[in-house]
Amino acid sequence: MTAIDTVPAEVPTGQARGRGGGGPAPTRVVVAYGFWIFILSDMIMFAALFAAYAVLSGNTAGGPSGRELFNLRSVFIETMCLLLSSYTCGLGALSAERRQPARFFLFAALTFVLGGAFLLIECTEFAGMVARGAGPERSAFLSSFFTLVGTHGVHVTGGLLWLAYMVAQTMSKGLRASVLRRLLCWSLFWHALDIVWVGVLTLVYLMGVT
Amino acid sequence: MLGRLTWSAIPFNEPLPLVSAIVVVLVILAVLGFITVKGWWPYLWNEWITSVDHKRIGVMYMTLGLVMLLRGFADAIMMRTQQAIAIGDAQGYLPPDHYNQIFSAHGTIMIFFVAMPLVIGLMNFVVPLQLGVRDVAFPTLNSVSFWLTCTGALLVNMSLVIGNFARTSWWNYPPLSELAFSPDVGVDYYLWSLQISGIGTLLTGVNFVTTILKLRAPGMTYFRMPVFCWTSLAVNMMIVAVFPILTATFVMLLLDRYLGMHFFTNDGGGNPMMYVNLFWAWGHPEVYILILPAFGIFSEVVATFSGKGLFSYRSMVLATLGICVLSLMVWLHHFFTMGAGANVNAIFGIMSSIIAVPTGVKVFNWLFTMYRGRVVFTTPILFTVGFMVTFVIGGLTGVLLAVPPVDFVLHNSAFLVAHFHNVIIGGVLFGVLAGYNYWFPKVFGFTLDERLGKASFWCWLVGFYLAFTPLYVLGLMGMTRRLQHIADPSWRPLLLVAELGAVVILVGILCQIAQLYVSIRTRDQRRDLTGDPWNGRTLEWSTASPPPPYNFAALPKIETIDAFWQMKHAGQVPAEPPREAIEMPRNSPIGIVTAFFATITGFALIWHIWWMVLVGLIAAAIAVLAFGWIDDREREISPAEIAQFERARSGQRRST
Repeated sequence: MTAIDTVPAEVPTGQARGRGGGGPAPTRVVVAYGFWIFILSDMIMFAALFAAYAVLSGNTAGGPSGRELFNLRSVFIETMCLLLSSYTCGLGALSAERRQPARFFLFAALTFVLGGAFLLIECTEFAGMVARGAGPERSAFLSSFFTLVGTHGVHVTGGLLWLAYMVAQTMSKGLRASVLRRLLCWSLFWHALDIVWVGVLTLVYLMGVT
Repeated sequence: MLGRLTWSAIPFNEPLPLVSAIVVVLVILAVLGFITVKGWWPYLWNEWITSVDHKRIGVMYMTLGLVMLLRGFADAIMMRTQQAIAIGDAQGYLPPDHYNQIFSAHGTIMIFFVAMPLVIGLMNFVVPLQLGVRDVAFPTLNSVSFWLTCTGALLVNMSLVIGNFARTSWWNYPPLSELAFSPDVGVDYYLWSLQISGIGTLLTGVNFVTTILKLRAPGMTYFRMPVFCWTSLAVNMMIVAVFPILTATFVMLLLDRYLGMHFFTNDGGGNPMMYVNLFWAWGHPEVYILILPAFGIFSEVVATFSGKGLFSYRSMVLATLGICVLSLMVWLHHFFTMGAGANVNAIFGIMSSIIAVPTGVKVFNWLFTMYRGRVVFTTPILFTVGFMVTFVIGGLTGVLLAVPPVDFVLHNSAFLVAHFHNVIIGGVLFGVLAGYNYWFPKVFGFTLDERLGKASFWCWLVGFYLAFTPLYVLGLMGMTRRLQHIADPSWRPLLLVAELGAVVILVGILCQIAQLYVSIRTRDQRRDLTGDPWNGRTLEWSTASPPPPYNFAALPKIETIDAFWQMKHAGQVPAEPPREAIEMPRNSPIGIVTAFFATITGFALIWHIWWMVLVGLIAAAIAVLAFGWIDDREREISPAEIAQFERARSGQRRST
């Protein structure tokens, strides 16, 4: 991601850098683009897990089904937490772009709390199911449920740790270009998790209780 | 304390694995000792191990692939020998349990640790040079990718000494690969090594898609990119599209094995056929991930040595992308016998046959490129011509297998084995060897010995036909694959011919080793100071051999396809070196550090040593976080250094 900044300045007129004729793209574009491609690959991994869930969701092997297990009220609350955290994440990204560290820290804290609340609700739900004897080893349906939703949860956990790390970087270095680039990747990641959750909510919970 | 790991993991009572394990360990110790005695560690560490230069990483990928080729070939010749001996009353020298591990290891190693490193190695070296830029999009990530691939290769080979490998073939189908039927570490070696190296491959995919789409020299529009860049783009898009499926599939199987889940088990509502579907949803595109770079190499080679531009460049690009899309829609032809029903089988059979159309377009393009060209018959073009003949046969038997009723007869027979070796040896391997002979002078600045190169080509070609034509016939006679013992003595003559073929291929490999040795010994007579030994057409030939760390002192301006050819004919002089410094990425140990902890974590997971898993994961996380903190990742190459290098180069050229 380095050789890019050293391109000769003169480029053919009318051709932007990184688009066909204009020579290599600037670092910020390259990093964000590469991270988008990575997120796409992550989405495909989720797609495979969704497919497995779709195949196995009826295979309860005599155990409980989604209708008996899911509590839409807590799912609604956790969904709201995650969607709101995406909103505060967006506000945080805007503050960072405007070089307003105080506002950025505030929104980062809000995002962290909302994400943490989401995780707490999810863990409570999982613990409750395991306590009722509906753990992941009970049936193929529950294996695929815990794996799909749990993988999303692991991503959220990773996202929170990454956020804490970025806050630490911002505190020690300020909002300089390299930090802003990493923050951009982090916010792309966080929004992508929201998109996956919309799929989980629809396919697993809403379709599971009907 | 050490989980499942006890002294019984070392095969003390099995002489064959024990002796080969001891030999391998001794060879490794001897090499390490030799490096230490010679005092080469600082050089290796600074110039290679921590290097983030795409050219160095490419060379290391190639080295890994060629070394693993020896291991995979040793497995192959052991199997051929067993099948040539164990006929009728004879039982051969490999007991079933050992034989099963060998065919599993052979397939796994050849696909993941030979073919993949070889094609990725060539892409690493060539693509940035052909695009006219100084490195890939994420050079340090590139180093991480390489070292994670090494971790995978290391874990697979560790199973030779400690524990055992899977007996489940390279597909690792459940329910056989489930805990109930494969309780020991074999399957876990398979899963963790491929999981870790798979992450490396995925990161390579992300890296190269970004490089090709976002980093190209000024004027290099899409339709001015060399065909090898196009096939690399297609391949890396496919890596991004399908490797996550493999990761997810292996996660599910690991959860079955480690946490008692029921994705693919017989009980609890599991569905083993889902594994088969998911595996081939990755696996079929994977074979095109291997063959498309080879198509790119042949396109470069055939144009250069015919002295003509590639015939119908645009149709070549369209055919590449067509294959890229179609390859995602044919996975079910690997298991027509699953019984998905006549309509489903028919659709997948038709889609599989349709892939032959863009492939046929390519073959005709290569032929028309040679037509009325001044063809120079060097080793690379011999491999190309050998490929065209061999691959067409492999393609036709593939179309035959794509017909579901035929497939029901030939499924899992030796015919199938012959078919895919026909396309992988005749396609991927010939392509890689053509590329190796073609780009070697660019990498090291001297050419390879042509006489031994041609000898190795003829051995590979003749050996291939001797080894695999009998398998086509045996398959039609009813021989199934993976037989440890042959009941029907009438198959003996053909099996002996196949064994002879394997020996001829061995001679070919020995010729290659001799070619490398002789060429290095006589390198002073075979130096290429022009940087353009073949009268090449694309940008990699416009820079020095070996290229300087920054590739191009000034980025070239591209006005046509075959940019370098056009520059030579227009009599263009290279652009003036820049007056400001060039920024290049600094070396970084993060790749090997991550891979080191990944190896520890993988080994601990395989043997259920949970504290070690924790230690490895935490250490790897700390390493990554520490690297993520660094902002100053560039070093500057001053204009004086660049000018010095460029002067030295033009001085050398004048003196010849």
